[in-house]
Amino acid sequence: FSSEDDDTISLTDHVKPEKVVCGPGLRRSGDRLVVCKSDVLRHKQPNMFWMESQQRRYVPAKGETIIGIVTVKSGDIFKVDCGGSEQASLSYLAFEGATKRNRPNVQVGDLVFAQFIIANKDMEPELVCMDSSGRANGMGVFGGGGLLFSVSLGLVRRLLSPHSEVLSDLQQLFPCELVVGMNGRLWVKSSRVQQTLVIANLLQSCDTMTAQQRRELFRRVAQGAL
Amino acid sequence: MEVCGSSGVSLREFGCEQSLLSRPDGSASFTQGDTSVLAGVYGPAEVKVSKEIYDRATLEVLIQPKVGLPSVRERSQEQCVRETCEASLLLSLHPRSSLTLVLQLIHDDGSVSFSKTLCAVKFVVNPLLMFLVECSSLAVPQLLSCFLNAACMALMDAGLPMSCLFCGVTCAIDTDGQIITDPSAAQEKESRALMTFAIDSKERKVMMSSTKGSFSVHELQLCIAVSQKASEKIFQFYRDSVQRRYSKTL
Repeated sequence: FSSEDDDTISLTDHVKPEKVVCGPGLRRSGDRLVVCKSDVLRHKQPNMFWMESQQRRYVPAKGETIIGIVTVKSGDIFKVDCGGSEQASLSYLAFEGATKRNRPNVQVGDLVFAQFIIANKDMEPELVCMDSSGRANGMGVFGGGGLLFSVSLGLVRRLLSPHSEVLSDLQQLFPCELVVGMNGRLWVKSSRVQQTLVIANLLQSCDTMTAQQRRELFRRVAQGAL
Repeated sequence: MEVCGSSGVSLREFGCEQSLLSRPDGSASFTQGDTSVLAGVYGPAEVKVSKEIYDRATLEVLIQPKVGLPSVRERSQEQCVRETCEASLLLSLHPRSSLTLVLQLIHDDGSVSFSKTLCAVKFVVNPLLMFLVECSSLAVPQLLSCFLNAACMALMDAGLPMSCLFCGVTCAIDTDGQIITDPSAAQEKESRALMTFAIDSKERKVMMSSTKGSFSVHELQLCIAVSQKASEKIFQFYRDSVQRRYSKTL
């Protein structure tokens, strides 16, 4: 049930534990927890609450992995368009095995899969292509021969959740390589261009479908009807 | 369109649809009787350095009339809508970014005469004040409430953080002194005063008011009370339509 009025959860309720973890979409105002977005309120036991949104616009958050497009290469840093209100900066040393002599091979227009280390409303966002131990862990430049497209943030979260139904349905279709960026961007590559396009169209359309309709659609595609 | 006494308020039927446009981050269309408005929201997006504000988002409202280019009338409506939106959005969560709200009038009931109007923006009503100062800005009250409703639904659809919802209600006082909510074009022409209020959802307070004509303080207070009652219906409508939208995924 969604609401954007004063949906208050009492923090002094005696059955709930003392600490409540609030996710995105909830704000604390005094001693009350107030909803600030029009979404569905989700609750995970014992004490996690968050708003599950269908929005399309990405707001950078620390720790999220995204697909960015390199727009400017100037001196020591690259400027990456991550879909937010500002371009993020990516240092050339933030790649695995990169040193001052051994620069990474990144051109303007390349796709990078990176993670935010600084992302708050007051500072310019910063990306890195390696994890805290210095290993790439799947991040870095990628993308020859595939297709990049945008979906809503809700679909991306559904794809990345454990035991994702959408993902398991998709795996039964064609073998493909899929990169999921939490800024709503997906990159798909399959063995044939036609299959790549089919998968891209399917993912864009199953954004707004119920589970039933989606399975029906995937079944029709698998049978080659489309 | 209906006459209301002290018993109940009647409004024309409304309809609304969210997420109909694929390009904007949020969009909504709102129909009130014969008036239909389409709203699109973009944001938080990049902002020009000349327009950026260091601690808040920059909100820009653009109103496009049905025919022709925007004129002074649209500018005054834009200001009313912008002040209301700025009061309800949590702009400090997105500093140095821009929010753009575009409102396109799809169909209207027929326009209202261009007599002198009174525009008072973003104040909380003090019952002891008299509002008989006239200025020469132009505003069409009934369109303004439709713009406000469409704007609120589009902002909700875009997922922008807000501290409260708002809705627009129009009232007319006809020559007999009767208060009519949501007047039609014909009723507007015969009325001696027309008012539009933006009412917030938390405490039903007046966020913005735009009035035309002459009326007494007592009549103003009555109109505000009537508008607050009418806003309940609109907020209930918001709730129902959003619930219907999310019931698909639940």
